[in-house]
Amino acid sequence: MSDPQAVTTAESAVGRDKPRSLAGDAWRDLRRNKIFWVAAVLVTVFVVMAIVPAVFGAGDPRDCALSRQHDGPSGNAFFGYDFQGCDVYAKAVYGARNSILVGLLSTLLAGTIGLIMGLTAGYFGGWVDAVLSRGIDVVLGLPFLLAAIVLARRLSSDPSNNGFWAVIVTLGFLGWTTAARVMRSSVIASKNQDYVAAARMLGSGPARLMMKHILPNSTAAFIVVLTILLGTNIATEATLTFLGVGLKGDAISWGIMINEAGPNVRTAAEPLVWPSVFLALTVLAFIMLGDAVRDAFDPKLR
Amino acid sequence: MTDIQAQIDVLPGLDPGAQLLEVNDLHVEFRTRDGVSHAVNGANFRLEPGETLAILGESGCGKSVTAQAIMGILDSPPGYVTRGEVKYRGVDLLQLKEAERRKVRANRIAMIFQDALSALNPVFSVGFQLAELFRKHRGMSRQDAKKRSIELLDQVRIPAARERIGDYPHQFSGGMRQRVMIAMALALDPEILIADEPTTALDVTVQAQIMGLLAELQRERDMGLILITHDMGVVADVADRISVMYAGKVVEEAPVYDIYARPAHPYTKALLSSIPRLDMKGQQLSVIKGLPPALNAIPAGCAFHPRCAYARDQCRQDPPPPAYDVALGRTARCHFWREVIGDE
Amino acid sequence: MFRYLIRRLLQMVLTFFGATFIVYALMFANQTDPIQALAGERPITDSQRLALTERYHLDEPFLGQYWHYMKGLLTGDFGISLTNRKISEMMADAWPVTIRLALIAIVIVAIVAIVAGVISGIRRGGTFDNVTLVLTLVVLSMPIVVLAPLARLVFGIQLGWFPPTATRDAGFYELLLPALVLGSLVVATELRVTRSAVAENLRSDYVRTARAKGLTRQRVVGVHVLRNSLIPVVTLIGVDLGNLMSGAIVTEGVFNIPGVGFNLFRAIKTEDGPLVVGFVSVLVIVFLMVNLLVDLLYAALDPRIRYE
Repeated sequence: MSDPQAVTTAESAVGRDKPRSLAGDAWRDLRRNKIFWVAAVLVTVFVVMAIVPAVFGAGDPRDCALSRQHDGPSGNAFFGYDFQGCDVYAKAVYGARNSILVGLLSTLLAGTIGLIMGLTAGYFGGWVDAVLSRGIDVVLGLPFLLAAIVLARRLSSDPSNNGFWAVIVTLGFLGWTTAARVMRSSVIASKNQDYVAAARMLGSGPARLMMKHILPNSTAAFIVVLTILLGTNIATEATLTFLGVGLKGDAISWGIMINEAGPNVRTAAEPLVWPSVFLALTVLAFIMLGDAVRDAFDPKLR
Repeated sequence: MTDIQAQIDVLPGLDPGAQLLEVNDLHVEFRTRDGVSHAVNGANFRLEPGETLAILGESGCGKSVTAQAIMGILDSPPGYVTRGEVKYRGVDLLQLKEAERRKVRANRIAMIFQDALSALNPVFSVGFQLAELFRKHRGMSRQDAKKRSIELLDQVRIPAARERIGDYPHQFSGGMRQRVMIAMALALDPEILIADEPTTALDVTVQAQIMGLLAELQRERDMGLILITHDMGVVADVADRISVMYAGKVVEEAPVYDIYARPAHPYTKALLSSIPRLDMKGQQLSVIKGLPPALNAIPAGCAFHPRCAYARDQCRQDPPPPAYDVALGRTARCHFWREVIGDE
Repeated sequence: MFRYLIRRLLQMVLTFFGATFIVYALMFANQTDPIQALAGERPITDSQRLALTERYHLDEPFLGQYWHYMKGLLTGDFGISLTNRKISEMMADAWPVTIRLALIAIVIVAIVAIVAGVISGIRRGGTFDNVTLVLTLVVLSMPIVVLAPLARLVFGIQLGWFPPTATRDAGFYELLLPALVLGSLVVATELRVTRSAVAENLRSDYVRTARAKGLTRQRVVGVHVLRNSLIPVVTLIGVDLGNLMSGAIVTEGVFNIPGVGFNLFRAIKTEDGPLVVGFVSVLVIVFLMVNLLVDLLYAALDPRIRYE
């Protein structure tokens, strides 16, 4: 857009008075964003819940007695008891750990794969890029959940494990594509910038170039993608678990709780409602966080 | 059939004998998060049929904003016209309702833009974009509109117009695209054409062709042409009069010959001495010191004083210099215009 | 256009083989006992074992197995479930209700996303826009496993506004609630993309030209801006379809709608491996086909691609 030139001149003039960095600008924007604060508080609550569930005054989630089946809420169990007579509140609180751990680890895995693939494709270009990009196409050519079902089912086919690592590997191996694409395009963009070319002429090798000059420029976008991915991975874990190919056995998980509560929902709604609320809030928190950070780094579209 | 031409003729207060276009004391500001920018601070000029008025100035001086305010296509927010008049044949366009104002656009006052590639809609054929004018403003049928569109493309000398009517903007060369823009602007026979840097994005040879075409079409139709540019060279060839804008004000207005021979404002003078000239070969080219002021922090008094060699205390204080009459049809906003003009 | 088409087709062939190969490899490669894997934890008789070995050519090398599997897929032979039903017949039974469900969802999504997205894009920063942004954020972060059971509980059982289950011949009303649940999976992204596309296009130079042409605001927005803004929205449809398929598995499972998703849901629950492979393969093919169609539609909407 070429006009109004007047406005851009005015804005750059304001910028001249007070030098600001991108990160500083972003933080200033974030602090004013209510959504960011809501997300930050929620994330903190659930992370604390995952690390030290005892803080939340929940009882023992494995202390179940059929005699209490579907008993209503009370001082001992705020959300009542489920089909097996377990404390719904305790199970919901203790369920945070698996959800967040699976989310974090699978996102780390996806991020690492994406980082390597994206850097390699973007930096070397040519046939390397072509091969890796087609690889991304193939993975994206699979409907995500369908592929995840098949992969998770395969990985957890051994009945002795409870599916924890199977889910992490599944989500990691299928979820790296967006991160790789973001990485690839920002590497290509910064590769062509003058200062990178200058560094290259001064004899910096590929590894050094990437670490020193290219990576720092790509971090913002990369972190945003990973934050959002963390949210969706938590949701997908619950979905896989709900379908029976995720966490299983005696694992305490929101997905299992929702699945088990389904058939009995006419007699007792609490065992369905509360894990749902916890799960939705966790996912919401991470997605909001990613959203807010993206808006802060990319104010164009606000 | 809706004939909008007829509806404009009944615009209240329209007087065919009145001045074609008269802009008085126009003020435009932009209200952004970082404060208010005063993009136009009292622009004045007039335009006669058949006349070419050049509005000259550095980028950011408010010339494009002035044009958009005349057309009524400022992006609002953030842009607002806060004061002034834009009188077309005696009717103040700023007082019209949007529905009436819309009928003036393209019918009476049309505009062409700098970058024809982005100014044309990429997903519609040029035929569609031309025919749209006839269909919406003249109520023509598809076939008639298409026929008229082909005639128009012929008039702006696009070869094989009949075959190219279905092509998309990106399939044309830069010069051909600007011809399409011109055809579009002239479709409804406007009395005034505003050309905002029409040749800046083009090669030098193509520039000359486009300017030639514009001049020719203007002569044929006895159209008033407002040419917005920062290029003194273009101006000298085609303009009748020049308005020099600085920081949102017209600082000097004069016939083209006078301004080149004897500038009356230090800014005009500085602009002129920054053009390379053959007869000054070997001499150092002078540049204007400093930058134009930020539009949200325009200096008190004469806005040019921080960069001006003639500046004295009077220039640094409000009120800013009024438009002094230098000669008949010639004004300058400089307290010391006599000194400037006689200085050579 | 021709080169674009050829390139897309080649890409699709590549993706097709890549994707089906991955699915197949995941099922069968390097399994110590692929037959037990097919059957999950259920006990398996010797005769079943023999039938499965023959069916999947498990005595041949892996590539040979894949070859037979592909041949089956391309000739419409998707195999037989562990319960001895032809998968192609089960599919034929299941498709109609799934297609109805998906159509209702897509129509609702298209209307809501485009109307609300355009309004949001025009009034960026206004109340409507801010409310929509927060709402889409909430919808966006609602996992389907939360949304489907809760919607059924609240609107199907507690309030009783909609039937909590649907039959094979379900009509519009019975499918409305599950369709809303399904649609919510994609409506948020579509809406946001429409919004930012409209906002961005409104600031473009050609909009200024359109206004300078004296066109009405309705025409500037409804024709010039909308047509440009639909391009990114259309490219999303392919991704959306993947989400819809995933959503359909859970939604149909929860609402007991005997469609394709429900069959897959049941197949996973009952650990019927052949059924899972068959259904997943067909869905992957549908997904790829629709993505190819979307690419063609994209070319139709954007002349810059067409004449590449």
